[in-house]
Amino acid sequence: MSDLAIRVENLGKQYHIGAQVDRYRTLRDTIVDAVRRPVQMLRGGNSASNDSIWALSGVSFDVHKGEVLGVIGRNGAGKSTLLKVLSRVTEPTEGYAEIHGRVGSLLEVGTGFHPELTGRENIALNGAILGMRRAEIERKFDEIVDFSGVEKFIDTPVKRYSSGMYLRLAFAVAAHMEPEILVVDEVLAVGDAEFQRKCLGKMSDVAEQGRTVLFVSHNMSAILRLTKETIVLEKGKLVLRAPSARAVDYYLTSGFAQTGEHFWQPDEVPAEAEPFCPVALRVRNAQGRVVDTVRSTEPVTIEVEYRLSAPLSGLRVGIYLLSTQGDLIFTSFDTDDQAQYERHTMRPAGHYTSRCQVPADWLNEGRYVLGVNASVFRVRRYFQDEHALAFNVDAAGAPGMQWVEQRTGLLRPRLSWRIDAS
Amino acid sequence: MGQNTLTAKPEEVIILRPSRGWSALNLRDLWVYRELIYFLTWRDIKVRYKQTVLGAGWAILQPLVNMIVLSVIFGSFARLSTEGVPRPIFTFTALLPMGLFTKALSDAGRSMLSNRSMITKVYFPRLIIPLSSVLGGVVDFLIQFGILLVMMVYYQYTPTTAVWTLPFFLLLALTTALGFGLWLSALNVLYRDINYILPFLTQLWVLLTPVGYSATEVPEQWRLVYALNPMVGVVEGFRWALLGTQTAPGPMVAVSAVISVALLVSGMYYFRRMERTFADMV
Repeated sequence: MSDLAIRVENLGKQYHIGAQVDRYRTLRDTIVDAVRRPVQMLRGGNSASNDSIWALSGVSFDVHKGEVLGVIGRNGAGKSTLLKVLSRVTEPTEGYAEIHGRVGSLLEVGTGFHPELTGRENIALNGAILGMRRAEIERKFDEIVDFSGVEKFIDTPVKRYSSGMYLRLAFAVAAHMEPEILVVDEVLAVGDAEFQRKCLGKMSDVAEQGRTVLFVSHNMSAILRLTKETIVLEKGKLVLRAPSARAVDYYLTSGFAQTGEHFWQPDEVPAEAEPFCPVALRVRNAQGRVVDTVRSTEPVTIEVEYRLSAPLSGLRVGIYLLSTQGDLIFTSFDTDDQAQYERHTMRPAGHYTSRCQVPADWLNEGRYVLGVNASVFRVRRYFQDEHALAFNVDAAGAPGMQWVEQRTGLLRPRLSWRIDAS
Repeated sequence: MGQNTLTAKPEEVIILRPSRGWSALNLRDLWVYRELIYFLTWRDIKVRYKQTVLGAGWAILQPLVNMIVLSVIFGSFARLSTEGVPRPIFTFTALLPMGLFTKALSDAGRSMLSNRSMITKVYFPRLIIPLSSVLGGVVDFLIQFGILLVMMVYYQYTPTTAVWTLPFFLLLALTTALGFGLWLSALNVLYRDINYILPFLTQLWVLLTPVGYSATEVPEQWRLVYALNPMVGVVEGFRWALLGTQTAPGPMVAVSAVISVALLVSGMYYFRRMERTFADMV
C-alpha cells in the first residue's frame, strides 16, 4: 500500500458561462437553440469556445498521507472548483484524480440542516448526509453537543438558534466525522474569535493524528501556521508548489501586475456580490498619479471604484492593508466616521468611488498588499478580495535615513522626539 | 506513520474522471448510503407534520375530500358503474394508491430543486433524493389505510383471501412513481417547465385511472391499451384484493407491471446519465 492520499493528474473543469448566468434552461431556450444552432454553424460561427471557461485546467499534484497542504489563489482562481471536484460534488471535464480514503469537508457545514428540526435531530440528519454511520453518530453525540456548546437548546428547533449557535452546531458535526482526508475552505471567515480558535485547534488536531488536510484560505497567517507546503492557483492553473513561506511570499508579491491599479474581471466577481460590482482599486501618489511605488514621506490615496445596480442601505466599503507575510496592519471603512455613516446610510444605484488617504511619514519601506471588503454589518458580505493589489513604499527622505540600515517593522512614523539634558 | 491511527478497514480508493455516455447504475453505492435514505425520508415526514397545523390530519382529510368530490361527480352526474360496491368505499380504495402515487410523483419531481443546497455541497448518490421523497408518502398511506379499515367495518366488507397480494400492488405503485419521478426530477433540473407541468400531469393521471369509475367501463378491446397506464393495474388490484370486485389480475396487471418496470429502469439510467451535471445546473 502506498502512502499516497490524493493524486491529481491534469485535472480540468469547464463551465459553460451560459449555464452559470442563466443557471438553468427552459424548454423554450432549447427549442430556440435547436433552431438557431444549425444557422450559426452554416455561418461558420463557433459558439462553443467563447461561452465556456476553464475554471481549472491541467492541474497535477500529489498529496501524501498525513500531509497538510495549503491552497491559495485569488478569487476565481479555481480553489473552490478544485475542492468540489475532489469531494465528488462535480465531475471533472478532463484529467484524472485518485482519492485514498473518505473525504470529509468543512466547506459543507450545516448542509441539510432543517430549521424545523431540533438540534438533536439535525445532528443525526447532518451526520448521515456527511456519510457517518448511525452507530458512529450515536457514539459521538455527546462529544458533538459538548463541542458545540448548545446543550441547553439541543431539543429546540434550530430556527430559534442564533446564527452563532447554528454555526457552532453545524461545525461540531462536521468536525467529528473523522475522515481520512479533510478539506477545509474558509471556515475561518465565519464565527467569532473564540469559535475560530476552536476551528483552528480542531484542524491541527486532525493534522497531528496523521490525517491528510487540504486547507484553502485567504488567511495567510493561518496558512503559514498550519501548513508546510502550499500550492498557488492562478486562473485555474497550478503555478507553484513550494514550502508555505515561499508560496505565500510569491502569491503576495509576484502575483500582481506592477501598475498600482487592479480591475476586477467578471469571473473574479461571484454572483452573490449582486448588486455590488467592484470596478477598480487604485493607489495614487501625492500628485494624483496612479503608481506602483509611493514615497513614505508623502500621503497615499487609495481608491475603490464600484457600481451599485440597486440601492443598498447600510453598505460599507473598506480596505485591508496587509504585509507580504499576510499580517493584517489595519482595516478601514468609508463610513467609519459617524457623520459620514449617517450621511451615506442609503446609497442609491450608481457609480461610486470611495477614497481615503494614508498619511505621510507613516508606512515603512517595503511591499504592501491591499484588500477590499463591501458589506452590511451583521447582514451580508457582498464582496471580499483580501489580496487585490500590491504596491511598494520607497523610504527616500524618511526618518532615520542617515543610517544605511534596514529599518524593521511595518510602520516608520515620524515621531517628534525631545531630548532633555538633566 | 499516519496509518496506524486510522481504522484498520481496507482502504477505499475513489477514482475521479470524466464519464461519457450512459453509466452503470452503481446500486452498491446506494446500499452503502442506505442510512441516508432512511434519514431523508424521516426528515420529509417529520417536517411535513411539524409545519402544518393539522399535521397528520391532512393525510386523512385530503383523500376524504377527494372521495366526496369524485363520488359526487362520477355518481350523480356521470353515473358510472361501481360494480355494485357502495361508491364512497369504492372510490376511497382507489384513492389510497392513487394518492400515494400523485404525491410521490410531484414530490420526486421537485426533489432535486428543493434539495439544491445539499447537491451542490456534498457527494452522495443523487438517486437517494427522489427515492426518499417517494418513500415519504408511505406513512400517509398507512394512516389512510387505517381509515379504509374503519370504512370496511362500516360497510361490512371483509377483505378477500387475495388480500396478501396487496403489498405487490403497493410496490407496483411505488415503482411507477419512482420510475416516472426519476425522469421528471432529472428533467426538472434541465427544464424548470416541469414545475408547471406537474399539477396538470397528476390531475390528468387521476382522470385516466379508474378512480371514480370501474375499469369495466372501458370497452373490452381497449383494456390492454388502457393498462399501459400502470396505475390501472394497481387500482383494480386494490379493489379486487380488498372489496372482491371482478377485476382479478390478468393480462392488464401484467401489462402494467411491465410498463412500470420499464419506467423504473429507463428512469434510473436517464437519471444517472444526467447526474454528473446536476451540481453545475441545479
